[in-house]
Amino acid sequence: MDLSTFLIQCLNALQYGLLLYLVAMGLTLIFGIMGVINLAHGSFYMIGAYMAFALAPMVGGNFYLTLILGVVLAVVLGYVLEWAFFSYLYDRDHLQQVLMTYGLILVFEELRSILVGDDVHGIQPPELLAGTLPLGDIMTYPVYRLFVSGMCILLALGMYYVFSRTRLGMMIRAGSVNREMVQSLGIDIQFLYRVVFAAGVAIAVLAGMLAAPISSVYPGMGNQVLIICFVVVVIGGIGSIRGAFFAALLIGFVDTFGKVLVPEASGVLAYVLMALILLWKPNGLFKAG
Amino acid sequence: MSHIIEATNLHAWYGSSHILHGIDLQISRGETIGLLGRNGMGKSTLIRTVLGHVKQRDGQIRLFGQDKSKAKPHEIARLGVAYVPEGRGVFPNLTVHENLVMAARPSATGRNDWSYDKVLQTFPRLKERISNLGGQLSGGEQQMLSIGRALMTHPELIILDEATEGLAPLIVEEIWRVIGEIRASGIATLIVDRNYHKVLANSDRALVLQKGLSVMQGEAAAIANDPKLASYLGV
Repeated sequence: MDLSTFLIQCLNALQYGLLLYLVAMGLTLIFGIMGVINLAHGSFYMIGAYMAFALAPMVGGNFYLTLILGVVLAVVLGYVLEWAFFSYLYDRDHLQQVLMTYGLILVFEELRSILVGDDVHGIQPPELLAGTLPLGDIMTYPVYRLFVSGMCILLALGMYYVFSRTRLGMMIRAGSVNREMVQSLGIDIQFLYRVVFAAGVAIAVLAGMLAAPISSVYPGMGNQVLIICFVVVVIGGIGSIRGAFFAALLIGFVDTFGKVLVPEASGVLAYVLMALILLWKPNGLFKAG
Repeated sequence: MSHIIEATNLHAWYGSSHILHGIDLQISRGETIGLLGRNGMGKSTLIRTVLGHVKQRDGQIRLFGQDKSKAKPHEIARLGVAYVPEGRGVFPNLTVHENLVMAARPSATGRNDWSYDKVLQTFPRLKERISNLGGQLSGGEQQMLSIGRALMTHPELIILDEATEGLAPLIVEEIWRVIGEIRASGIATLIVDRNYHKVLANSDRALVLQKGLSVMQGEAAAIANDPKLASYLGV
């Protein structure tokens, strides 16, 4: 591997890892902090990708307006879902959570099939970001991938700030250990969790929309990302935003370089990595919070 | 006299077990009530019912003259009722600073005298540990943090459930000193504590529970001298 190939693979790994982090961050909020095993989280990613495809004609094909509209719809979707379904799951056991959220996957896939169909779609990045940057003498790198990485970094920093520096973040962290005490301090935790859930959904939908021009849009795309996101959350330490960040990047690099260096084993590398890390640190790399 | 809490005929259940059998409780502004009774007689259930945490409840709860029988816990807290729970309820994954400021707010009437600085002045120990996590504190420090956190919400009433439980004698003295300071500042308190001498000496009125019923209530001094008290407390 020469230097520019190596650089390009590094950028790819970074971009994949950051995108993974975006999806996993929502899962960290919902699974790690609110304590609900949400198998439907991958569906939000799928819904996002299909929104990028289906909403674009409604806003005249403007990519940025599509993103904004999609995020707004996602917040509404998340809010309604929490109110209708997830708010009943917090005190239930894991089996019921798994059944309920698995049911939601089937519902979402069926609705997607009815509304948009089962075809695979490609999405063009917006004109401004469609070009490539030269890298070395002969290689080039797509600007859109850099844009995705930049967006992910911005969102990651924003979330980190909210979570660790604001009173809202303190309330969310406090709620993950003692809901009753949070209520007794005058905080409406039901509403707070509804908002957090909506934020988790919106982030996953946004990740799906950003990924659409890179990965194409296809049925079942959410399930693939779901499994790898659970791996990220478990490696990072359940409930740890920081842990999810490093774990996502780690998976990004292992997966990308695995495909180049040991293509035969690339499918299992992420899981081998998880097994090794759990042997070394059974609770993941970082503590919650 | 204006009441903070006026609860009448309170009943509460946990599943199928009927814990409170019709209790009346009044707390007026600035007043200290001692709540006595052996373990399992319904003291904590009474508190959790008044705070809205027990969902299976019946009877009327009026707060500041308004009917709040169906209110949610955060609504009751927002009206000015703070809770220092048994076991302290400190958030172990938040720093001392974060525990204090996360819910701080002026009172409904705009009172804002229990500032961050004043709380740290009252509990100098907390100042030394300001960036430690709640989970790293000793039991006494956690208790101070729990009380300080309650004060920073500027309540009209603080409910202290077993605030001195499991603490070293010197720390217990410190906690009672602070409770005295809270009373002196005009905040009403409802106190549950093993040491009933201390409770009665520090209360205006008292209430003794037996099997979910209130069997004695009145002036703390009168109850302290009542020969029936010993049998109800099993001492």
